[in-house]
Amino acid sequence: MSEPIIVFEDVVKSFGSHVVLDKLNFTVAPGEKVTIIGPSGSGKSTVLRILMTLEKINQGVITVGGEPLWHERKNGALVPASEAHLRTMRKIFGMVFQQFNLFPHMTVLRNITEAPTAVLGLSKKEARERAEELLEMVGLADQAQKFPRQLSGGQQQRVGIARALAMRPKIMLFDEPTSALDPELVGEVLNVIAKLASEHDLTMLLVTHEMRFAREVSDRVCFFDRGKIKEEGKPQELFTNPKEERTREFLRAVLEG
Amino acid sequence: MHWTEYLPPLLQGAWVTVELTVYSTILGAVCAFAFGIGKLSRNWAIKGFSIVYIEIFRGTSLLVQLFWLYFALPIAGDLIGINLRLPPVAAGVLALGLNIGAYGAEVVRGAIQAVRPSQYEAAKALNFTAQQALWRIALPQAIPEMMPAFGNLAVQNLKDTALASLISLGDLAFRAEQVRNFTQDSTTVYSMILLMYFGMALVLTAIMRLLERSVGRWRGARS
Amino acid sequence: MLFGFHWDTGHGELVFAWSILPMLLRGLVVTIEASIVGFFIALVIGLIFAVLKDVPLKIISYPAYVITEFFRDTPLLVQLFFLYYVLPDYGIILPAFLTGALALGIQYSAYTAEVYRAGIEAVPKGQHEAAKALDLTASLTFTHIVLPQAVPRVVPAMGNYLVSISKDVPVLSVVTVLEMLNVAKIIGDQTFDYLVPLSMVGGLYLILTIVASAAVRWVDAKLPKTGVPMR
Repeated sequence: MSEPIIVFEDVVKSFGSHVVLDKLNFTVAPGEKVTIIGPSGSGKSTVLRILMTLEKINQGVITVGGEPLWHERKNGALVPASEAHLRTMRKIFGMVFQQFNLFPHMTVLRNITEAPTAVLGLSKKEARERAEELLEMVGLADQAQKFPRQLSGGQQQRVGIARALAMRPKIMLFDEPTSALDPELVGEVLNVIAKLASEHDLTMLLVTHEMRFAREVSDRVCFFDRGKIKEEGKPQELFTNPKEERTREFLRAVLEG
Repeated sequence: MHWTEYLPPLLQGAWVTVELTVYSTILGAVCAFAFGIGKLSRNWAIKGFSIVYIEIFRGTSLLVQLFWLYFALPIAGDLIGINLRLPPVAAGVLALGLNIGAYGAEVVRGAIQAVRPSQYEAAKALNFTAQQALWRIALPQAIPEMMPAFGNLAVQNLKDTALASLISLGDLAFRAEQVRNFTQDSTTVYSMILLMYFGMALVLTAIMRLLERSVGRWRGARS
Repeated sequence: MLFGFHWDTGHGELVFAWSILPMLLRGLVVTIEASIVGFFIALVIGLIFAVLKDVPLKIISYPAYVITEFFRDTPLLVQLFFLYYVLPDYGIILPAFLTGALALGIQYSAYTAEVYRAGIEAVPKGQHEAAKALDLTASLTFTHIVLPQAVPRVVPAMGNYLVSISKDVPVLSVVTVLEMLNVAKIIGDQTFDYLVPLSMVGGLYLILTIVASAAVRWVDAKLPKTGVPMR
């Protein structure tokens, strides 16, 4: 296997006295599609948020593409990362949020072109072309001039995916992308994610409760419990033959409920 | 004299009132954004200065501020050797603008802080700098929230311009005093200017409502 | 000389400042008195207008609405001049202090009326329904059920208006009320030093508003969220 693109080494994250990630060791290979499942509070979303630099870590080292994420190398030692370093590392990631977090005051098109023009320095024309391609890919080509409030939840989330992809990240993070959607709208979003998974060699980290989907799309499933990986493996193995009792309990509760 | 003969000087005064209102409101708006955003800065010098400005101009009386700028500042200037004698217009616009700007700054600050944190997270995920996030994402969403309060502040500012008459600025209240002194017809004169101020306030309110609507167009139908 | 005190201009700024402090403090007392009286007048007139605006008859509620808008949208200074010069023409002669307090009360009645309405409206509909189910009369419902619950919601806003009123009191100097700013101006007119008295007034105002705001917050904290306790 080639060099892992993400490495968590003994990472600890706590909110006050509450420990959310407990000496986590975790790796992801380039191009791998990993789904993270587990009970709430197990730290799944926190892993994604830490990678997206939305949360700091308390201990441990995270390496992304060979470079430390929350640290930087200075004179051979590791020091806490500066904002400049974080900005460089952030480019690698794109994130899709549970609540979509579209910019309500901008049209769909503007939502997608704003960051490429402001951050990547693309010309208006280039950004627009890229946005139109992406809108085509997520099936919303005719909604470009609408405002987020005029779209359904499923449509908004697809825009969210397009917006993240417009920055050409190497690693896509999906934080419970369908948990806030009405059941009928879940499918259209999952289809887009599946398409993305099959057509691109993007590395993808997905936190979700949609077990059937996880099974279809993932190369590996990780079961998180209380800040550690309890069990991981290929979806076929983990879902049909979980080795840990805790995993069995969880799957039983989720698949029945 | 017939009341219609009072109109020319009063209308002259009304025009001065309008000018005063416009200039001081513009100054106030600039201060409101500068110090409202400044109060949120992580730079403690900017933040401290903003807080001091806001506390002083909100915590003391406008008339005191006006008199200080007109009567006391020249003396302070003399002490340090600079000529700081402000003509009534400058003192008036400055006092009114700084005063209303302090109240406006709190409105600006509050509205920016009311923007959902998830918007900042989305901006960060897309690698916007903090500046870009403030100007492209937060402010456009905060401004419609500020408008109702700004509308009230604008009318308050209009009313406050009357105080400039006390430093001999020839606004509507000043002209009214002149006419009253001349004709002793208090009831008519004051009734007229009360109505004129009322009329100006209604026009100003209408303008602010129009602004409110145009700035919040992207929000669609709101209750 | 003012209020029986003499100022001392011959020995430097600090001595001057110290010598005028008693005069300014007397002015501060007048400022506080004017604020409180004006505030109470605003509370009373505001309550009347709040009730009138709620009357189902358009003939009463509409003029009430227009009048409060009129009070809110016209300058305090002009309202004050109107009362001061016009009332005597119709035989009503009030001392300057009361004229000033009345003007303050009228100006702020528009604001207090709004606060009353917001506070009363915030009392949950369920309370009215429960009172009706218990057959309580309209006036009993209002005084024993609605009003005590409206008070906590109303106190912070009213308290803030009291502080605002205190900042408007200097306007009364134009009708010779001897509040703080007037005192400072007289001292300045006679000694040609405006800087010290006016700066001191600014400082005193800061102290006044900080203390008053803290007092309002204290009262608000002491008051239970559910309303004035009735045993």
